Amino acid sequence: MKGLFIISGLGILAMLAEIFKFKKILYPLVLVGILAAYLVNFTEWNNNITIPMFSNMIRFDNVALAFSGVILITAFFWFILANDYFEQDHVTDHFALVLFALVGAIMLTSFSNMTTLFLGVEILSIPMYVLAASKKRDLASNEAGFKYLIMGSFASGFLLFGIALIYGATGSFDLMAIRSFISQAQGSLPVFFYAGVLMVLVAMLFKVSAAPFHFWAPDVYEGSPTVITALMSTIVKTAAFAAFMHLFLVVFGGVSEVWSNVLAVVIALSLIVSNITAATQQSVKRMLAYSSISHAAFMLMAILANNRGWASINAILYYSLAYSIGSILAFTVLYNVSKSRKSSGIEAFNGLGKRHPFLAACMVIAMLSLAGIPVTAGFFAKYFVFTVLIGTSFKWLLILAVITSAVGVYYYFKVIIAMYFKQDDSQEDVRMETSHALLLAVSSLITIALGLVPNFVIEIFS
Amino acid sequence: MLVGLLIIIPLIAAFLVFFSKGNTSRTLALGLSAVEFIVSLVALFQYKHNPDSSNLLLNCSWVESLGIHFAVSIDALSLLMVLLTTFLVPLIILSSFNTTYEKPNSFYGLVLLMQMALIGVFTANDGFLFYVFWELALIPIYFICLVWGGENRAKITFKFFVYTLLGSLFMLIGLIYVYNHTGYDTGIKSWALTDLYSAGKTLNLNQQSFVFWCIFLAFGIKMPVFPLHTWQPDTYVTAPTQGTMLLSGIMLKMGTFGLIKWLLPLAPLALNKWGGLVIGLSVFGILYASCIAIVQKDYKRLIAYSSIAHVGLIAAGILSVNQQGIQGGVMQMLAHGVNVVGLFLVADILMRHTGTRELDKLGGIRNMNGNFAVLFLIIMLGSVALPLTNGFVGEFLLINGVYQFGQWVAAFAGLTIILGAVYMLRSYQAIMLGERKDSTMAFGSLASSDKWVLYIVCFTIIAFGVYPKPLNDLAEEGTKVILTYIK
Repeated sequence: MKGLFIISGLGILAMLAEIFKFKKILYPLVLVGILAAYLVNFTEWNNNITIPMFSNMIRFDNVALAFSGVILITAFFWFILANDYFEQDHVTDHFALVLFALVGAIMLTSFSNMTTLFLGVEILSIPMYVLAASKKRDLASNEAGFKYLIMGSFASGFLLFGIALIYGATGSFDLMAIRSFISQAQGSLPVFFYAGVLMVLVAMLFKVSAAPFHFWAPDVYEGSPTVITALMSTIVKTAAFAAFMHLFLVVFGGVSEVWSNVLAVVIALSLIVSNITAATQQSVKRMLAYSSISHAAFMLMAILANNRGWASINAILYYSLAYSIGSILAFTVLYNVSKSRKSSGIEAFNGLGKRHPFLAACMVIAMLSLAGIPVTAGFFAKYFVFTVLIGTSFKWLLILAVITSAVGVYYYFKVIIAMYFKQDDSQEDVRMETSHALLLAVSSLITIALGLVPNFVIEIFS
Repeated sequence: MLVGLLIIIPLIAAFLVFFSKGNTSRTLALGLSAVEFIVSLVALFQYKHNPDSSNLLLNCSWVESLGIHFAVSIDALSLLMVLLTTFLVPLIILSSFNTTYEKPNSFYGLVLLMQMALIGVFTANDGFLFYVFWELALIPIYFICLVWGGENRAKITFKFFVYTLLGSLFMLIGLIYVYNHTGYDTGIKSWALTDLYSAGKTLNLNQQSFVFWCIFLAFGIKMPVFPLHTWQPDTYVTAPTQGTMLLSGIMLKMGTFGLIKWLLPLAPLALNKWGGLVIGLSVFGILYASCIAIVQKDYKRLIAYSSIAHVGLIAAGILSVNQQGIQGGVMQMLAHGVNVVGLFLVADILMRHTGTRELDKLGGIRNMNGNFAVLFLIIMLGSVALPLTNGFVGEFLLINGVYQFGQWVAAFAGLTIILGAVYMLRSYQAIMLGERKDSTMAFGSLASSDKWVLYIVCFTIIAFGVYPKPLNDLAEEGTKVILTYIK
């Protein structure tokens, strides 16, 4: 709760910075603020599980705190990555927008009412629309922002309609009330309630960019500035999955027969479409966009398993942490390479192994983690998903996931092959700031440490 | 303790070598791998002295809540495989002394890293740990082939990587499936090998079949068994010689070893049902690969196909699930490991001295270097399993084992002896005998490091051909343990 206050306060401070002329110290202030929010976040651990806030609109239970923790630590890394994004014009606006997006993200981890869900989604999305278009003289960036806005609003419409239908059936916005209504009704729910659940499902699938609702993602990812793409594929994704999980495991878990088959088909489609399309991409940025769809499918598998114990939640928490850190790693390398070499295509990585062994080694770790090879974090992430899903009747999805994972290796390793196998000495040297080198070192270490000792994350809830 | 040392030494050695410079890295690598060999000999004596010694066990918790342990131990079977690994790696490193690799520190570092993973695979007693080491072994060899390989390597090593990774992911699913059924009596899930064994036995036939095929896919690709072999010839030919030696000498044994320890006792019902089919495939693979080997022109490719034929017989013997078959499989794994390293070194020597491996362009080397001709002859005879060479013991037991499974199968599998002799003698004739050709005119004497490797290989071939008892006893002991688990 206090973390949410701190981030909101920082956002307001950022807006005031232009007027009161403390733009210069804003960047360190934000870094310190986020770190403070992260630490304060965990002082509430186990404290107030039973204390609902604001007439039960928000509940910071341990699950919410853990996901907020993932979001905040990723945000801290992201701000280090994005330092020179805040040296162009509109500095204070950019700060405020990112910080308010963070507020929305944290709300999505902790909502306990349909209205806060909707608020969180909008508070997160609206700054993201603007940020996607923040390279304002670039056509692709404008296109990205516009597409994101259109598709996002469409999804929000679905979400609202779904919420309205559910309200119509149950007479409440409160998640716990809806949940108890479902368990009391024992199957005799009106048909439009199920329609509402499915509409909420569709809206959430839009937000996590699962196929066939993924069409906006590659264009938006490619058009947006690289750092904003990194933001979308880490923080936004984690928040969306926290919300998704809360809705479908906790609230609609009782009517899983309505949505589980739909979700299974969506997962299968996402796995196939994303991996096959990613394999044909020439741009690393676009490839990462498609691969993020495939990672979304993996996290959805943990939701599909609908494990009433902690296994599903643990799997999603670990997956989002592993994926966020891995993505930050990949995007930091990509950002530096594409800045110096003016291209985010795969050929920009040629000969990197020889010229910049450190950068290349970090990229190898990122790719191995995203591909799910031991002993990186990505491997355990996949492993946990497999273990929760294998006990269900959806074993065919596992086989499909395995086959598409092998395709995944193809495109992740294309980057490695380019770095170590293809020679190209004509290209520019990649210059990198010390802070970025530090960020790379730390996140590589975290990726491997999470792969060696996953205990700390996986044993949080049990 | 000792077993932990066996895993940690190559790891430390790899890091030391990574940070060394120039030619010191290969001497350092050789020295450290020799130390590792000595430690493994200590483990052998320890085992002989007291097989239940706590020195040969290591079990610490890794992820307690999921029942994952870092559990490794040395029993008869894994001891043999560890000895094979620690014996071959110094030889492989020594055989590279006449080739200059770019960035030798990374090259030898990766070789040692791979050794660490291989020893992990052979000693692991925890399903999860086994999988992790299994995958870890893949990454160094991928980079060895990718960075130091020959023509068209990016595509070929890639195919190899995807094939094996696909297989191992299926294995992961199979293992997780069994893991999910552990704790049916205690309620606590566990990855421990014995728990997996007993959980596997509680499954019904359909469930076991699922597990069997998932896991077999990984082993079948690694060995490789027909029709999963298509990655193998290209990869063997393209990889640098030392990479090929690692692949065929040791890595191939991961598959056959896995069959014995991680598949047979896990799904006995499915084995009854599907074993015949897999043996059929293996035997067909023997004939298929032998026939292709006969018409090969490139000597390295010929060895690659001969390797498929050999491993087909090993797989058939193991899957016939009897004392002779499995024991013969283990013996043949050891013999094949040593022989194939010798053969690939011969191919490498030919390439370095004459610039070609084409059989048509070679000939009459015997007249130039009689010493080499004798050494090559011994290795070749070991490879066709002549009595009094190390290959004979294994092959004899294997055919005996397959015969107990079915006479006709054994008849076809036995053709490997004839066909093997055909392609091996034919290639020897083409390379060593006959008229000298342009390329072999200037074939000089061998470098001393090559000579030493060949001497050691030939010595092993004859020594364990004449007196196989020490190895045979261990193999018999290991087989009995496995058979009691299956029954």
